Amino acid sequence: MALTLDDVRRVAHLARIAVEEAEVERALTDLSGIFELIGEMEAVDVAGIEPMSHAQDVVLRLREDDVAERDQHALFQSVAPQVEADLYLVPKVIE
Amino acid sequence: MHDATISMLSRQLAEKRLSSVEITQHFLSRIKALSTRYNCFITVDEEKSLAQARAADTLRAQGRAQPLTGIPVAQKDIFCAKGWLTTCGSRILGNFVAPYDAHVVERLNGAGAVILGKTNMDEFAMGSSNETSHYGPVRNPWDVQTVPGGSSGGSAAAVAARLAPGATGTDTGGSIRQPAALTGVCGLKPTYGVVSRYGMIAFASSLDQGGPMAKCAEDLALLLNIMAGFDARDSTSLEREAEDYTRELARPIAGLRVGLPREFFAEGVSPDVARAVDGAAAELRKLGCETVEVELPRMRLSVPVYYVLAPAEASSNLARYDGVRYGYRAPEFTDLMDMYKKTRAQGFGAEVKRRILIGTYVLSHGYYDAYYIRAQKLRRLIAADFAEAFKRCDVIIGPTSPTTAFRLGEKSGDPVQMYLSDIYTIAVNLAGLPGMSVPCGFDTKGLPVGLQIIGNYFREAQILNVAHQYQLATDWHLRAPAGAE
Repeated sequence: MALTLDDVRRVAHLARIAVEEAEVERALTDLSGIFELIGEMEAVDVAGIEPMSHAQDVVLRLREDDVAERDQHALFQSVAPQVEADLYLVPKVIE
Repeated sequence: MHDATISMLSRQLAEKRLSSVEITQHFLSRIKALSTRYNCFITVDEEKSLAQARAADTLRAQGRAQPLTGIPVAQKDIFCAKGWLTTCGSRILGNFVAPYDAHVVERLNGAGAVILGKTNMDEFAMGSSNETSHYGPVRNPWDVQTVPGGSSGGSAAAVAARLAPGATGTDTGGSIRQPAALTGVCGLKPTYGVVSRYGMIAFASSLDQGGPMAKCAEDLALLLNIMAGFDARDSTSLEREAEDYTRELARPIAGLRVGLPREFFAEGVSPDVARAVDGAAAELRKLGCETVEVELPRMRLSVPVYYVLAPAEASSNLARYDGVRYGYRAPEFTDLMDMYKKTRAQGFGAEVKRRILIGTYVLSHGYYDAYYIRAQKLRRLIAADFAEAFKRCDVIIGPTSPTTAFRLGEKSGDPVQMYLSDIYTIAVNLAGLPGMSVPCGFDTKGLPVGLQIIGNYFREAQILNVAHQYQLATDWHLRAPAGAE
């Protein structure tokens, strides 16, 4: 199945990445080559095979319901682009 | 001093013939003199390193030293180190000073090792040549016109050029082993789950694993002894008894069955690489090993499978870089959506964006089963091939990379060609097995060739044993590039 320029624009929007029109063309060429490689997966019958999501079949651990983290918001917010009154600032979303 | 292995330096520290300050100062001055030539460090902070070195000397004077106390180790810039700039090779983390230590950093600090600086790498560990770094490509010390491999190219080049006695790396599809091969050093990717990823910036979470890089197998074992271990903060960290990875080093390897997968010597491997790896197999036979032919029939599929799974997981992991809580934010934007889009467009480089787009596509509505689920099913078949092969042998060997170091720019315009340079390493990550690369010769241009040694799950000590015995019989790992004397 061939990718289209619209696919690239749609996926870039989903991924929240701005792309110039000139970049869309280039991306389509690169991605088409990669999807041709990925297409090799179709040569194998996978009926009845369980998907493998991790190398080890580990069960997620539960921990004691204790306080494990101390409040370090001042330290963590010290690397933020914009903070006011302990809150992260972003452009206004509701008028 | 810089040709010495970690175990030699450790002995000299123990015998009080050297101090950590002297060793650290020596490597810092080498970095000052040579690192611009190779561009293998993103951040060096002499004061911080020397403060750690002084503290290590104090520990030793108090009789509280461990084997790595006072040994300088370079950290790949993917590991958060408190107070250190931690960029992951990206513009989007160009101003990110880590507020906490990764588990690996915490462990090495706890053992008294000295952080020698943060090494250059492919952006977010996505690359096989170190050319995708926002901080410029790393150059291979064996020939500065060639790449060092990637993504742990800075760590590999630093060890090769004798700018660091050891370094950390991470390996999602070959990022420790392939650069180790291309620069003539040793690197080990442990079994998935052995080294905690807490504070190790995530790329593809079902594959990422940290590991050591150094000049010889014995040093890798010493580093892994500290880096490995259970950590409740990483949900994939395995609860296992602590191991001494040096315990099998001295064991003779006579009688060991060494598997040679037919597929590792098929078309695509360069004649020079095949010749060097054949030579290594002959050397292992001389040491009493029995070589047996094995098959990994689905190995060819590992590259397409990887290029579905890794980008899918990356697109999800990298969604966190949005210019809100840390890192780069675009200077101009109209609204929140525009801020996200411009921040990510300006903050990420071309390869990272390419992989986010692939990942977003394969996870998007209507394509999930055809790509992601199918790839996960094939992953199980690839892992099953290894399980079958390990019924007939104890370890598997082959080339780490189909070629030696290629020229800067040679493959950067063609993503698929670049991806294929990891054809022999990716399957090991998909299966979650331990694998390592050790030097085993040179091509006709004098560039190093890497031998890959793959073990069964949790058999790190065994592959280290094979590598160490091989290194007692050969001297490929002792060769240093011209200019690094």
